[in-house]
Amino acid sequence: MSEQAMKLRGRVVVVLPDNVDTDVIYPGRYLNITDREKTAEHLFELAYPDLRAALQPGDIILGGKNFGCGSSREQATAAVKFSGVGAVVAKSFARIFYRNSINLGLPVVTAQAVEARAGDELEIDLLAGRIANLTTGAVFDAAPLDPRAVELLEAGGLIPYLKRKHSYSGS
Amino acid sequence: MGMTLAEKILARASGRATVTPDQVVVARVDLALSHENADLVRKSFKEIGVARVWDPDKIVIILDHRVPAESEKTATTHKAIREFVREQGIRNFYDVGRGGICHQVLAENGHVQPGMVVVGTDSHTTTHGAFGAFAAGIGATEMAGVWTEGELWFKTPATMRIEVDGEFAEWVSAKDLILYIIGQLGADGADYRAVEFDGPAIRRLSVASRMVLANLSMEMGAKVAFTPVEEIAPDPGAHYERVIRIDATREVAEPQIACPHAVDNVKPLSALGNVPVEQAVLGSCTNGRLEDFEIAARILAGCRVHQRTRLIVIPASQRIYLEAMRLGYIQTMVEAGAMVNPPGCGPCVGVHQGILAAGEACVSSTNRNFLGRMGSKDSRVYLASPAVVAASAVAGRIAHPAEVTA
Ligand code: SF4
Repeated sequence: MSEQAMKLRGRVVVVLPDNVDTDVIYPGRYLNITDREKTAEHLFELAYPDLRAALQPGDIILGGKNFGCGSSREQATAAVKFSGVGAVVAKSFARIFYRNSINLGLPVVTAQAVEARAGDELEIDLLAGRIANLTTGAVFDAAPLDPRAVELLEAGGLIPYLKRKHSYSGS
Repeated sequence: MGMTLAEKILARASGRATVTPDQVVVARVDLALSHENADLVRKSFKEIGVARVWDPDKIVIILDHRVPAESEKTATTHKAIREFVREQGIRNFYDVGRGGICHQVLAENGHVQPGMVVVGTDSHTTTHGAFGAFAAGIGATEMAGVWTEGELWFKTPATMRIEVDGEFAEWVSAKDLILYIIGQLGADGADYRAVEFDGPAIRRLSVASRMVLANLSMEMGAKVAFTPVEEIAPDPGAHYERVIRIDATREVAEPQIACPHAVDNVKPLSALGNVPVEQAVLGSCTNGRLEDFEIAARILAGCRVHQRTRLIVIPASQRIYLEAMRLGYIQTMVEAGAMVNPPGCGPCVGVHQGILAAGEACVSSTNRNFLGRMGSKDSRVYLASPAVVAASAVAGRIAHPAEVTA
């Protein structure tokens, strides 16, 4: 991601409650799917079966506290990312989900008090830690991303980051 | 300034004299655990493009989630992992029939030592804090990075200390204590934190029971959790973000149940009313050990599992299976009408060996009761101690062990 791309815009596709767990995001029965793109077919399958059809590229998921709690399954993050979601904004994230997201290049933004409804258009400045609701005109604070997270997101995730690093060093 | 256990271990692993909460450090990894998702890790590792893993002797791979393979797809995954293990010279590989659930196998084979930094591609890696290790769950791509570089960045967690005093009543166990704590603190009550358990009641617990506490700490968001060990201790002046004191005698006077569909939706058993159960599960990395089978066998001896209910028993490892047979626990439970599954995760993660239909309820000694975790999204899972699981299997509804043993 370039400096420019550390700003993103998208429509809120859904507002979810607190403690959305990884089984809700991606059911355990599909854990033997190891093709990242294919995980998208089962996003929110049990809890929010209609959501997948409503998703458009770049959409933003707005979550509550402790988003992504539970399992370490990376498929939960992959399913969100490869469904075309542009970012997840939540009051807080479970730590493994957060790290998985940065590692796969999915922007995750912690913000306490965002007021938005499904359909609202948001503009997120990842570096400054600022979220504007373009529909209502309100502006909210977000936690600015850690420099390490910025580095990984800019590289497109941990794999491209390490690929570059290790091809330079020749190891 | 004194350091907590988490701070001490991270300081050593990152080559510093001290670290403080929120400080980001790059730590050397002593042990890297994976299960079937080693296949995901392998794919990411291949994409990165380095030829060899950093240290094959520090990687442990244990097949447990779908053993023996329940589908051709899983069989293919298992095969790919076996090939990778051979190619990379990874000796610590536990195949079907050689191990059991990853956390149990890692522990019982002495892979974990106090003071180690352990990472695992499984959220319940926190279990190994019962052996004094800084043990945290990570994702598959991150693990590919560990396989490549042997190190990982961590934000030093603040530490929460939980001191437990008092006596456990009859039929009350470590499982009830930790469910109670999760109920009090909430599913994010220890988010990003290290948790140190201590106090007289903790020090009287068996190693298996301490593993239960460290294991379930994950369900309140803990990054790592510790129970006391002799080899390494927090400094006397260590700073705690929060200290919680619990009197087990008064606060955890009876079995605790986590009701659907959240682990923090905890109620004392007496507040539950009549909850019929179609299935009872005794097993998992939380409660599939010898002491769990001992108490269940004691309750089931001479009883029959209720006709409404199926009791599924899963030893956490081959070793536990053998020992439980030798001690007669398996015999007692099978005579009571239990079905024994092979060592592994079984129905805990909802892929095979005991899936629930719509409308069914299950009482389980496992650690998650999320929507659809064990099958249909219209099924319900109640988390409980092994004693309550056994008693409920006999009663056909969630029951106090005293009811069926009186
Ligand atoms: S027993 Fe359940 S919680 Fe434990 S490792 Fe297996 S699937 Fe995960």
